[in-house]
Amino acid sequence: MTRRVAVTGIGVVAPGGTGAKAFWDLLAAGRTATRGITLFDPVGLRSRIAAECDFDPADHGLDPDLSRHADRYIQFAVVAAGEAVRDAGLDTDAEDPWRVAVSLGSAVGGTTRLEHDYVLVSAGGQRWDVDHRAADPKLHMAFSPSTLSSVVAEQFGARGPVQTVSTGCTSGLDAVGYAFHTIAEGRADVCIAGASDSPISPITMACFDAIKATSPDNDDPEHASRPFDNNRNGFVMGEGAAVLVLEDYEHARARGAHIYCEIGGYATFGNAYHMTGLTSEGLEMSRAIDSTLDQARIDPTLIDYVNAHGSGTRQNDRHETAAVKRSLGAHAYDTPMSSIKSMVGHSLGAIGAIEVAACVLALKHQVVPPTANYETPDPECDLDYVPRTARPRKLRNVLSVGSGFGGFQSAVLLTTPGGRTR
Amino acid sequence: MSTERPRRAVVTGIGVIAPNGLRADAYWKSVREGLGVLDRITREGCGDLPLKVAGEVRGFDASDLIEDKFLVQTDRFSHYAMAAAQLALDDAGLARENPEEPFEIGVVTAAGSGGGEFGQRELQKLWGQGSKFVGPYQSIAWFYAASTGQISIRSGLKGPCGVVASDEAGGLDALAHAARGVRRGTGAVLVGAAEAPLAPYSMVCQLGYPELSTVEDPDRAYRPFTAGACGFVPAEGGAMLVVEDESRARDRGAAVRAVVAGHGATFTGASRWEESREGLARAIRVALDEAGCAPEEVDVVFADAMGVPEADRAEALAIADALGAHATRVPVTAPKTGIGRAYCGAPVLDTAAAVFAMEHGVVPPTPNVFDICHDLDLVMSRARPAELRTALVLSRGLMGSNAALVVRRGDDSAR
Repeated sequence: MTRRVAVTGIGVVAPGGTGAKAFWDLLAAGRTATRGITLFDPVGLRSRIAAECDFDPADHGLDPDLSRHADRYIQFAVVAAGEAVRDAGLDTDAEDPWRVAVSLGSAVGGTTRLEHDYVLVSAGGQRWDVDHRAADPKLHMAFSPSTLSSVVAEQFGARGPVQTVSTGCTSGLDAVGYAFHTIAEGRADVCIAGASDSPISPITMACFDAIKATSPDNDDPEHASRPFDNNRNGFVMGEGAAVLVLEDYEHARARGAHIYCEIGGYATFGNAYHMTGLTSEGLEMSRAIDSTLDQARIDPTLIDYVNAHGSGTRQNDRHETAAVKRSLGAHAYDTPMSSIKSMVGHSLGAIGAIEVAACVLALKHQVVPPTANYETPDPECDLDYVPRTARPRKLRNVLSVGSGFGGFQSAVLLTTPGGRTR
Repeated sequence: MSTERPRRAVVTGIGVIAPNGLRADAYWKSVREGLGVLDRITREGCGDLPLKVAGEVRGFDASDLIEDKFLVQTDRFSHYAMAAAQLALDDAGLARENPEEPFEIGVVTAAGSGGGEFGQRELQKLWGQGSKFVGPYQSIAWFYAASTGQISIRSGLKGPCGVVASDEAGGLDALAHAARGVRRGTGAVLVGAAEAPLAPYSMVCQLGYPELSTVEDPDRAYRPFTAGACGFVPAEGGAMLVVEDESRARDRGAAVRAVVAGHGATFTGASRWEESREGLARAIRVALDEAGCAPEEVDVVFADAMGVPEADRAEALAIADALGAHATRVPVTAPKTGIGRAYCGAPVLDTAAAVFAMEHGVVPPTPNVFDICHDLDLVMSRARPAELRTALVLSRGLMGSNAALVVRRGDDSAR
């Protein structure tokens, strides 16, 4: 059994403003939300910039227990899920709870809280035989990665399959993909799907320093994230969450829900090459793209927009350009491809879901978000990256792609009625 | 590509790194004999913590199986997973590296604790010495996806890769994820979970679980279904399986060891064990339904066996709710009482034991459990011979997930 899967709700917590509207306003204006780190003192780090969320749990009516004890990334997810469920007009009390699923991604989960308490129990990194008495008694909630989905499921009364997906930087795309399969194959009618991460912490910044993956442009944070630009020099860390309500198409129709678009396909492959390295050919990402098109029976020439992984590292942008050319052929040159990481940074596991949300909003507004800060072409990246300014365009089928540590390459295809012709 | 009937996902290889055995056959021998290996934790820096007993993997030398270039980049949890993966490939008769059709084979793992020991070491460098001392492998060793990525790279497997970062039940979800991938068209998936939660800081993180047993007598620390149930004991290690398209396996002459026939998953809230009765019963029904299997056809149940009185009661009642009158007749076992609960690895180890049990026609016993206070036919003391065609594996997680998996004997080619 394969059922059609509709997107009926969106919620976003992103740098630059909370809520899908603030998020879209930022993208449509081509504004960047990257700045010097304020969440901790980054002195001594190579990269001291990030795209941070101005987020106060008190503004969002979270229950006091969540405001006090839940990790920041879980608070993001609860707020984004709340917006998505409201946006979908979904009355969770009226749904069969066993048919409501949750599929959320996170690359690093509770590491920020884990690091915080580590410092306490180790006397500031002085002892291996840590002293448990200094730890928060609820520290297990940061240790267990499934806390994310568990808390969100609890909030919205979901009792169906509840999963946390953690495939590094493709977690968000993969969580949406798993949700797509869960509904398409009939294991649930509704799925709260997305991803969240709050990785702006000393250990995470330091570990990307160690491999020089992040941009050291500390003096000009607004322009530090420059995907596809010839002078790009690494990604800028981000944080945030996006959650979608995915729904069996007939279920959505029956309750009169607004349908933004459908998930047309999802695929993921490994490059089996290197944990952090990418080939210049993009063979595996291309295969993921081909597979999604195949599932939706859409010709590559019908792709209207590609939302790129576009992290802004030297190798990524080259790899991805090659992959898209391999899949779309000559049509690649006629297809706008942009990276919103230029504006909201790279929030590791969350960004895949945030980018899918951007695609849904692009379809809604019939506007392609730009690649901010793009000034100087790279001869090896010769596609249309939508420099600096958003562009109105007829959009029916859009593709979002991602690459992650571990070699994972994923793609999600969104379609709208009339988009299928093959 | 077209087949007359839906593709079936079958088990063709098993690799195990467990506290009671460093290969699948050694693990099965210990399980069958009901060997209990719970013991004092010996890892450096753990001596002053209030958790004293666990199932430690001992005598494992990662360099026997894994090249140095991988060892330096990875935590112990990935060493176990990579070793188990290689043993599973060998068992399935698949190439250790660079298969002819790399996109045909994927990798899926479940992970519930990540690379904690590696992470603690790097945290110590960062906070004790400074950010410049953090090494280049921290970014790829600590995170939950490390094992899937390294296995994919080491063996050259480019098929669909996945990571379910989960509580215990995620081990069964990963197996189901793999089986569904095979039914959709992937040739084979190397799937399972291995954990290494016995590093000092990882242990501190587990102390908050209300279900954790801190009893210091290894023989009494983990006794589910008894009046003396006092929680669970953690363990490390796990298992990897090769789950493969049946016709692909038969075409290459591989032994079909079992069929992954059905799976169900529900959520009933962290530590709300009474409610897990309904959730687990529902997961069982969904799994049986997907397998096209009547309750009476279940020949053995591998219980979750949390070891907390209300959780044990809920599980016994869930089995009764889902299997009806058959629940009083079906043998139930929990071999994990001999080794502890290796988080996501635990239900994968149980699934491996279920495959061996069906092959050998014997229900393994439940070590350290002698006198139960629930209405179950729990197999205790010694293994019980039985004709086994269908096994039901159950798992519940500390964050509220319930899962059931139905595995059937490999030679039942038509149902």
